[in-house]
Amino acid sequence: MRLTVNRTPYDVDVEPEMPLLWVLRDELGLTGTKYGCGIAQCGACTVHMDGMAVRSCQIPAEAADGAEIVTIEGLGTPEALHAVQQAWIEHQVAQCGYCQSGQIMQAASLLDMNPDPSDEEIDRVMSGNLCRCGTYPRIRAAVKTAGAKMRGA
Amino acid sequence: MSRVGKIARRTFLVGSAMIAGGVAFGTYLVRSPHANPLLEGLDKGEATFNPWVKISRTGITLITPHADLGQGVASAQALLIAEEMDLEMDQFQVSFGEPAAAYYNRALAEESLPFLATDEGRIAESSRTIVSALLKPLGMQGTGGSSAMSDSFDKLREAGAVARETLKLAASRQTGVAISDLRTEAGAVYLPDGTAVPYTELAEAAAAVEPVTRVRLREPSEWRLIGKPTKRVDMVAKSTGTMTYGIDLAVEGMVYAAIRINPRQGGKLVRYDATEALEMRGVQKLVEITGGIAVIADNTWRAIRAAEAVEIEWGEAPYPAEQAQHWEAVAASFNEDHLDQRWRNDGDVDAVLGASGDVFEAEYRSPYVAHAPLEPLNAIVLVGDEFTDVWTGHQLPQLLQMQVSAITGHTSGNVRFHNQFVGGSFGHRLEIGFVEQAAEIAVQMRGTPVKLTYSREEDFAHDFPRHIAMGRGRGSVANGQVEAVDLSIAAPSVFASQFGRLGYSVPGPDLQIAAGAWNNPYLLPNFRMRAYRAPELAPVSSWRAVGAPGAGFIFDSFLDELIHKAGADPMEERIRLMEHEVSRKVLEAVAEMSSWGGELGSNKGRGVAFVESFGVPFAQVVEVTNTDQGIRIDRVWAACDTGTIIDPANFEGLVQGGIVWALGHAINCEITYADGMAEQSNYHAHQGMRMYQAPEIFVRGLENGHKTRGLGEPMVPPAAPALANAIFAATGKRIREMPFDKHIDFV
Ligand code: FES
Ligand code: FES
Repeated sequence: MRLTVNRTPYDVDVEPEMPLLWVLRDELGLTGTKYGCGIAQCGACTVHMDGMAVRSCQIPAEAADGAEIVTIEGLGTPEALHAVQQAWIEHQVAQCGYCQSGQIMQAASLLDMNPDPSDEEIDRVMSGNLCRCGTYPRIRAAVKTAGAKMRGA
Repeated sequence: MSRVGKIARRTFLVGSAMIAGGVAFGTYLVRSPHANPLLEGLDKGEATFNPWVKISRTGITLITPHADLGQGVASAQALLIAEEMDLEMDQFQVSFGEPAAAYYNRALAEESLPFLATDEGRIAESSRTIVSALLKPLGMQGTGGSSAMSDSFDKLREAGAVARETLKLAASRQTGVAISDLRTEAGAVYLPDGTAVPYTELAEAAAAVEPVTRVRLREPSEWRLIGKPTKRVDMVAKSTGTMTYGIDLAVEGMVYAAIRINPRQGGKLVRYDATEALEMRGVQKLVEITGGIAVIADNTWRAIRAAEAVEIEWGEAPYPAEQAQHWEAVAASFNEDHLDQRWRNDGDVDAVLGASGDVFEAEYRSPYVAHAPLEPLNAIVLVGDEFTDVWTGHQLPQLLQMQVSAITGHTSGNVRFHNQFVGGSFGHRLEIGFVEQAAEIAVQMRGTPVKLTYSREEDFAHDFPRHIAMGRGRGSVANGQVEAVDLSIAAPSVFASQFGRLGYSVPGPDLQIAAGAWNNPYLLPNFRMRAYRAPELAPVSSWRAVGAPGAGFIFDSFLDELIHKAGADPMEERIRLMEHEVSRKVLEAVAEMSSWGGELGSNKGRGVAFVESFGVPFAQVVEVTNTDQGIRIDRVWAACDTGTIIDPANFEGLVQGGIVWALGHAINCEITYADGMAEQSNYHAHQGMRMYQAPEIFVRGLENGHKTRGLGEPMVPPAAPALANAIFAATGKRIREMPFDKHIDFV
């Protein structure tokens, strides 16, 4: 099957039920997307599929056939940071950092739809992303900073 | 080694501790009894002055041997060196280095002694030094007990100063300018005419000079970096998906392994049928290992799925099968036969309670809780002809080498350990089982690197959770004050379980059974604190702050109940009873920050708690609202004293995160056993806190204590009792068991 990841097309030969998460990590070597639970409980595996934030551990490879995928590596790079990543660095959000790829992908998708979310909306959309290190207070602040930047405020 | 050598070394150590106490006129004599591991493998033109600094023509590497588990110690360690060495934070690389005796953790040894950490009296100080001196030759390098900063604070600044002075000496020899006319700034030595000679250009010359050993450490007023917010060195990588954790590593020719180990921990593998699994795509092999099997495949998911398809019959658990039996065993331990230590016996508790007509009694429980860091356990092991290579994140490098050596047959020195950044630990990466399993698989696959990745379910099944504990208090009040506290805590010994798995027995009382209870520096007129050692039950291990989250909850909750019985104010009575000035200021700070005693809205309540752990006095105030849907945690105020704060930005983040961690587990996490197996298999059943539940958290760090202490753990113990006390204030309902959601709903 064929899928486009970070604007690069790939042909992969895997079982139709192999989760997209493992296609990305083990077949394509894109390890920025993380495995945390495998059952849609933690959000560490969050990527964008056709513009929507999804849990890649829940997307069988066959469902990603033909799709446009963006992973954390495609959102921005250390040299060309996305506004959300800039805000994450400014607020020094990460501790162990393992959840943060997923947090950032979820936040980027939220701000794409609404760059000026209310506190309740931020909490609601971001609550599917677990952070064992408890960085939520700084994630909240960083989402607001990134939103302001994206609005040009 | 000759006897003379040993004695000389020990004498030196006592001497060096005296210097740290301030006897040596601000001049530090820097010498290490252990060889500098960087000397080995040094290329031509590269210089090293001590085990922490390496310079070549192309760059500067600082070695930060304490494992970074997410707490930012890689940055903090580098910052201490950079402070004295006059480096900017973007002028060097950091590396965890190779395991070496030179990286011995002095502070960890100190905290294992049964003295009040707040007691800096002569006896306590000298005994800490003695144990430290005895352990140093063993060369135990470890990260734990919130010790990284107390271990590093002087040592790494000395290392930076030595490097700086040696570079100046080299520059002086090269240019003929007197050392006193040279200064250093931003990675370069400056000549009087303003010419800058970068350190990297001096590497070759510096390699030829004998490192300077007499250096003066800078006064706090001269610090450029310490005490100012810094950008952590790992932050960009962790915000762009470019940080490589152990789970992300790939080694040429690597195969992927998944395991199934008896979920009745320590039980046997009876029989299995792998017919179906072996036919699955990409599956190469099945091997037996201690207590279970491993499947080798060409991809992580294929290995995990095939391992799950193996039909297995497991043996019995070597501990009681049902949770209720665990509690019964603990409850049955409150007697003379199980008395582990009477930690306090102040005043005359029996006489006072005997005479009191109104003895108040209460019982508390603290459950098993999993560490469950977000990165599942993993390790890559390659067993070659001459060496075994191990890539993983671990807190005890030398132990890892020893244990792997026993499996693969290479000497410890030939087990090459490549330490990695990890996605959280909370104590999980002190366990060695997962590395041993990877080694057991790899030894059956000689010459092929094997990457073992735990499924989340295996990780939960073998988490080695925090131990259970039960507390029983009897107490009395008189004249509006707390009069007597007679507290008993029973729990299995964490250290007996943890070290027992390694084949060691731990002599003497277990400091952790009552840690967070006996050591709080209150002056209670009558106070007895007894710890009882319950038999070993499910295997347990150190969970962030070890004994203090359980025992601190028990102690502070009971104190709070007595204060309410006395009709006193929870904050004022704690402050009145607090004997230790540094700790009293912590309580006063949190009272001031939260405007304690002010008007609250309706349905609101506040609780305060104070617990000292790892030498850090910590007070928190929690505010909750009792809504129609349940308790909502609104705000938390936190104050502590860790001595010098190295990076206030990281400090605040760590405290906030640790409080979120502690509150989340207090609300909704426990591991329970049925049929000998943990009933919770993934985060749906052991949630912790989610963003919508996270309160606003205000943090203040006082710096009155004169020792620099770390902060991986001490924010955890006060959070649960402060929340329970707040719930009582808001609802009148006293919760005496974690997790609290067994007794009350949360929003
Ligand atoms: S790994 Fe996909 S949600 Fe946890
Ligand atoms: S930063 Fe460690 S899990 Fe979020």
